[in-house]
Amino acid sequence: MTAGNYAIVAEGLRKRYGDRYALDGFDLRVRPGTVCGLLGPNGAGKTTSVRILSTLLRFDEGRAEVAGFDVARQADQVRYRIGLVGQNAAVDEVLSGYQNLVIFGRLFHLGAKRAQQRANELLERFGLADAGSKPVKAYSGGMRRRLDLAAGMILTPSVLFLDEPTTGLDPRSRNEVWESVRELVRSGTTVLLTTQYLDEADQLADQISVIDTGKVIAEGTPDELKAQLGGDRIDLVVHNAADLASAAAQLRQVAGTEPEVDPDRRFLSAQVGHRAAALTEVLRGLDAAGVTVEDVALRRPTLDEVFLHLTGRRPQTAEEAEAAEKEKKAKKGKGRKGKGDESKSGSPRSENVEEVPA
Amino acid sequence: MTSATLPGAASPDVVHGRPSLLGDSVTLTQRSLAHWRRNPGPLIASLGFNIVMVLMFAYLFGGALQVPGGGSYREFLMPGMFAMTMVFGISLTTLAVSADMDRGVTDRLRSMPVSPLAPLIGRAVADMFFAVVTLAVMLLAGLAVGWRAHGGVGDTLAAFGLILLLRFALVWVGIFLGLVMKGQEAVAGVQTLEFPLGFLSNAFVSPATMPGWLGAIAEWNPLSATVGAIRELFGNPGWGGESWVVQNYPMMAVIWPIVLVAIFLPLSLSKYRSLSS
Repeated sequence: MTAGNYAIVAEGLRKRYGDRYALDGFDLRVRPGTVCGLLGPNGAGKTTSVRILSTLLRFDEGRAEVAGFDVARQADQVRYRIGLVGQNAAVDEVLSGYQNLVIFGRLFHLGAKRAQQRANELLERFGLADAGSKPVKAYSGGMRRRLDLAAGMILTPSVLFLDEPTTGLDPRSRNEVWESVRELVRSGTTVLLTTQYLDEADQLADQISVIDTGKVIAEGTPDELKAQLGGDRIDLVVHNAADLASAAAQLRQVAGTEPEVDPDRRFLSAQVGHRAAALTEVLRGLDAAGVTVEDVALRRPTLDEVFLHLTGRRPQTAEEAEAAEKEKKAKKGKGRKGKGDESKSGSPRSENVEEVPA
Repeated sequence: MTSATLPGAASPDVVHGRPSLLGDSVTLTQRSLAHWRRNPGPLIASLGFNIVMVLMFAYLFGGALQVPGGGSYREFLMPGMFAMTMVFGISLTTLAVSADMDRGVTDRLRSMPVSPLAPLIGRAVADMFFAVVTLAVMLLAGLAVGWRAHGGVGDTLAAFGLILLLRFALVWVGIFLGLVMKGQEAVAGVQTLEFPLGFLSNAFVSPATMPGWLGAIAEWNPLSATVGAIRELFGNPGWGGESWVVQNYPMMAVIWPIVLVAIFLPLSLSKYRSLSS
């Protein structure tokens, strides 16, 4: 009864596998009509929490309500009010998009005729009307994901779960999916979105919960989370690589901390206190030292940096996630060990200042 | 995505009817049948494989095999082939179930207000449709190579009933295997099951010629019970034997499938309910 104002409530959820807790006191509250981004590294418990809230998985302790119904005791009531879009397109590849939607409509007990109408409405709405009669295996990745979204929207659910909805999609398809999600939210649906992509959370989410080792370790709006990290940052690009060391020294003096340096891009970055004053001071110092600056920026921290700060780990970039996914698939398919290219995609914020020639 | 007014957006819920196990099962059966209509390749391959098996045994191995009581080899062969095709149907069932699991269709169904039994029943009913088609094709193949049923109409129908009963039991074995195994693993797993289950029986070889313990296993094989029973009902030659189970094959051909369903239907349902937990 306390949950009336929330579309999703989780209180102290725990889920144990053997002696390991996949969820270990997971709390979440999401207001109706908003997008909550669940952000965290692989294995943090994102998918587990979505599977529990969408009634797929039983939990050991705690309480959960979705759309006003208890997930454990009123699973069928919940199931009429949710949509689930997982990591792969959960449709029959041989059947057409239309056939798939009609079948799901009938399984939501719309009746044969209404199910057909609804399938056509949804194909139209998701820009699939022309491809409706083609088999799904002829669809592009983005089209499949949109069909999957449509299948999750048959009853216009109160709550839609999106589990990494754009993993493996190209940028254009990602934008299409994002646009669809925004539209659903405009029509009043609450969305719980898991993602490893910070820009995705930044783009879509009203509220972000950062999850690590089975519990929420920080939450707030994207801006609030960025503010938690503290001050603004100064980014510099120097003209000559030879100037990197003296530029780093200047930055260190103003910021009071060791700046991050990327020699390849002749890039330096440091967190500063008083933004405008610091900027002036740094530029004046650099000028005095005869360092030519190619580019300078005063900016808020990115969610990337927030994430690193909170979890001690850098989140995957889209390319890295894709590479990891490919490697996983290759291993599964052939059982062959791939050569690891660990160092190639390393962090740009390496601290090898000592390599810079003085 | 260009429209400004969204269908169904204003209403909190699209009006829906009540859940129904029967209705959901029918829908999911139709889904499997629609899948086959669009993609009949694997089914045609399966029927072709069965026909090739009949031709191989009838014309290739047939000359080398001695028929008990000196009867027609092809009369002896066909009851074994009928039952064998039911065994080879297991992999179709398992593959369909594991494909739905791999693609996430099973998860989607489990997140919907659909009875957990409905997807399993839908699978079983669709596979029984195909079993009837398979059996009809095998019947024609049998007639073409010279096999005949010599019993009455009632006995002949009873024999076909027993064959389908065996298939029905094996569908549930196949469903269970599809739920517990994944993708490639499922294919390999089922094939390693099909061959011993098929050949460690009285279908082609007499259990009496096997080492004692192996012969006993072959005699107790559910497939042997069905094959023994239908040979009697068709009036085709068979091996005979002294053991209790061989003497009671007609009864065992009913009891074995019932036992298998009683084991594997509840196992499948409970596995489906607790998938991935």
